[in-house]
Amino acid sequence: MSDITSQSLFELTSNIKEKKLSSEEITKAFINRAEKSKKLNVYVTDNFEKAIDQSKKFDSNPNLDFKLPGIPIAVKDLFCTNGVRTTAGSKILNNFVPTYESTVTQNLWSQGAILLGKLNCDEFAMGSSNETSFFGNVQNPVGENLVPGGSSGGSSAAVAANLTPVTIGTDTGGSIRQPASFTGTVGLKPTYGSCSRYGIVAFASSLDQAGPMTKNVRDCSILLEVISSFDQKDSTSIDYKRNYYSKELSKDIKGKKIGIPKEYRVDNMPEEIEQLWKNGISYAKDCGAEIIDISLPHTNYALPTYYIVAPAEASSNLARYDGVKYGFRSPGQNLIEMYEKTRSEGFGDEVKRRIMIGTYVLSSGYYDAYYLKAQKVRQLIKKDFDDAFSKVDAILTPSTPSSAFKIGEKTNDPVSMYLNDIFTVPINLAGLPGISIPAGKDKNNYPLGLQVIGKPFDEQNILNISYALEDKINFKNDISDWWLSE
Amino acid sequence: MSKNSEYLIERENKQYEVIIGLEVHAQVTSQSKLFSQSSTKFGAEPNTQVSLVDAAFPGMLPVINEFCIEQAIKTGIGLKAKINKKSVFDRKNYFYADLPQGYQISQYKYPIVGEGKVILDMPNGQKEIGIERLHLEQDAGKSIHDIDPNNTLVDLNRSGVALMEIVSKPDLRSPDEVNVYIKKLRSIMRYLGTCDGNMQEGSLRADVNVSVRLKGESEFGTRCEIKNVNSIKFMQMAIISEANRQIDLLEEGKEIDQETRLFDTKRNETRSMRSKEDAHDYRYFPDPDLLPLEISQELIEKIKSDIPELPDEKKKRFIDKFNLSPYEATILVSDIETSNFFEEVIKNSDVKLATNWITGELFAVLNEKNLEISQSPVSAKNLSKLINLIKDGTISGKIAKTVFEQMIDGDQDPLIIVKEKGLKQESDPKAIEELINKVIENNSDKVAEYKSGKDKLFGFFVGQAMKESKGKGNPQLINKILKEKLNG
Repeated sequence: MSDITSQSLFELTSNIKEKKLSSEEITKAFINRAEKSKKLNVYVTDNFEKAIDQSKKFDSNPNLDFKLPGIPIAVKDLFCTNGVRTTAGSKILNNFVPTYESTVTQNLWSQGAILLGKLNCDEFAMGSSNETSFFGNVQNPVGENLVPGGSSGGSSAAVAANLTPVTIGTDTGGSIRQPASFTGTVGLKPTYGSCSRYGIVAFASSLDQAGPMTKNVRDCSILLEVISSFDQKDSTSIDYKRNYYSKELSKDIKGKKIGIPKEYRVDNMPEEIEQLWKNGISYAKDCGAEIIDISLPHTNYALPTYYIVAPAEASSNLARYDGVKYGFRSPGQNLIEMYEKTRSEGFGDEVKRRIMIGTYVLSSGYYDAYYLKAQKVRQLIKKDFDDAFSKVDAILTPSTPSSAFKIGEKTNDPVSMYLNDIFTVPINLAGLPGISIPAGKDKNNYPLGLQVIGKPFDEQNILNISYALEDKINFKNDISDWWLSE
Repeated sequence: MSKNSEYLIERENKQYEVIIGLEVHAQVTSQSKLFSQSSTKFGAEPNTQVSLVDAAFPGMLPVINEFCIEQAIKTGIGLKAKINKKSVFDRKNYFYADLPQGYQISQYKYPIVGEGKVILDMPNGQKEIGIERLHLEQDAGKSIHDIDPNNTLVDLNRSGVALMEIVSKPDLRSPDEVNVYIKKLRSIMRYLGTCDGNMQEGSLRADVNVSVRLKGESEFGTRCEIKNVNSIKFMQMAIISEANRQIDLLEEGKEIDQETRLFDTKRNETRSMRSKEDAHDYRYFPDPDLLPLEISQELIEKIKSDIPELPDEKKKRFIDKFNLSPYEATILVSDIETSNFFEEVIKNSDVKLATNWITGELFAVLNEKNLEISQSPVSAKNLSKLINLIKDGTISGKIAKTVFEQMIDGDQDPLIIVKEKGLKQESDPKAIEELINKVIENNSDKVAEYKSGKDKLFGFFVGQAMKESKGKGNPQLINKILKEKLNG
């Protein structure tokens, strides 16, 4: 048996079911490794003591019918967890302990999983490098001083560094897929409405989706199966028949039509990315898929549209953090002063920047020119995909325009940071499912990802295509444990 | 006020017309709030009816209360209004301590109910007031400034309670019309059971828009909005004071600034709250947590079929079927409880007497004791019995008043009172004749006077006969027999 922490979810589950490993052994193995991995700064809050207690409890009366039997899992600190501090990476929620549980995390615990702790992320999920977190940046295990991507940076780093078997992140414009791509892991953003948003600290309500982040496609299918559910507590949750994703997982993609959108060949795209994409296309052909050139004509407008819609919603969603009811408060002589001080001191720069952009685009006199127009363009982008999906079953693109960059490299240049989301943002605007799988490396040996985009509710199809490609690509993450301390 | 009861304010040879539009905020009668399951019960301990959604905890999401939607549709139907099959919930963004989300969920561009109308029964006839729209929105919490000297306290019990904002067209022209309009609106909603209309508990309050113009002009003047007035009396006072303020400005050749004002009830004047320049930019946009609201024709039909008879229709029926005067009918239908009481009484008794007794004696008692008809000390059943006693001649109308006074004390059965006190009317002609003979004997001088032409004395004899019968003599019989004796 290989080292416990390097095992996949599927392996760990099998070992528990075959009684080769106990939940306690697994839980302690991940905790031990975490104790030696503080340099990565993946944890905002750990739940180690309680996790060990719960693993012992599981072992004393194990229910092996569970899909995640006694499996310890750390989650992004954007999911509210009952009795465990939930910060959203922000000072303003530094002391906030929910009395309730998000539906998605509840789904994990209901299938036997155990909470290991809360993983670092960009403040309110606003960022592409995990550098906006109040709790400091996260190191990418791929290489020192490299960002792990964002906003689910703690999550991607934790999976890549074997600090949690799998995790869940949230994706508003690429926050699962981009960090997955930067760390050589798998990340899936489900169809909007697939996973409940109840109990997830909101960034942009019409775009936010929770999703699995894993070491491989099979684990991804298992985790999606657990977390995706209809929830009456979320009015945008959709009641449809969900697949038995792990059971229906298949590498047979013969005859599947895969679209290649010409608009994703952006200017100044590195040669390596171009090559990665070509390789992906030829692997898909090898698997018997049919490659079809398609056009998504409004792709160029996706990023500006996103950076109107998302900040607009965020500016309103974040109004509740005002120091009145919970969280951080900086006292003032009167209400207005208290608001100003609380929000000035409680929010970081990137969050403030987006609140200001959002407030501006919703302001009277600007609403029509920005927000309303953005909504119209959003419809056009959605229509592009609808048209494309009348010809193809899925779309293949690179996940990001580059590999992971150095910490601090883009912090003073928000626009270049935003450009990171160029391939992932349109999928959120259209509400579609998208998955990033590791597909190669650049000249520095940093991972690069390919993205498979599907029709609404067609997660099974993109999982299957990814499963087949994964097999052909045979990607091996080259992680040296450089950060470990004794 | 001029002859045709037009309300005009006079200034040296000039007459100004007052234009009024109301935005009424009516609390939806419902068990739970618009987007959460917390109770809406009035008067609970502060912050005991607050869910995580109402307090806007992170990650909490609104889920629409279908019942409130149905109540709004019902009200829309009651206002003869267009029900919009698709409407949208928007966020109205502003910061305040008692607004936990930092925005109010409301409906801006696409309200659930469109144009409708309300008919007012004015002394000089009916008047139609247009309804512009009705939309649903959340109430805010309550800021309490007078408990702690250094802090403002916040009670979120009301936060998230469903309100209907009913916007009238600027069709109202006088404080009287405003009075009748509010009462009519309240009556319709109480008939429908969609709002209890309790102004003391804040279930009904209004923003009042006022402008003035010279009589005969067609353009509207600049309007001011007086925020959050919570009684009809204050609305009327605010309108009169605001209209006069605006006219004074015009008379001085000044301009009226469009602004939001507050009514100071102690000083009986409005004062500026914020000018148009300082107006909030609410940054309305569709709430992404809620899908557009779609209403099926089936639901509308189902609700329509459940609509009870409303005041206008009931009034028509009362006039047609019971031959009531429009005035009587208007009074009896003005409140659902009153009309129910009336219909209960007339199940077994005379309509004319019932009308008179309810609008006369009963209303007087209710007014005096400051009671609603639902708290009436005399039940419909016992009032009906009393009326039957009058009708069949068992007691006279006068005795009935004595009996009624006793009935008030614990809703006593009039039959028992009449029996126990021996109040049954004397209707035996022989007995009456006997006591009349006695009266004539004892007053021979007056009889002579009467016979010599002093007709007015007839009343004196009736009085004496009544006195002789200890008030129990049948008045019709006394009259009849007296006439025979004196004139014969």
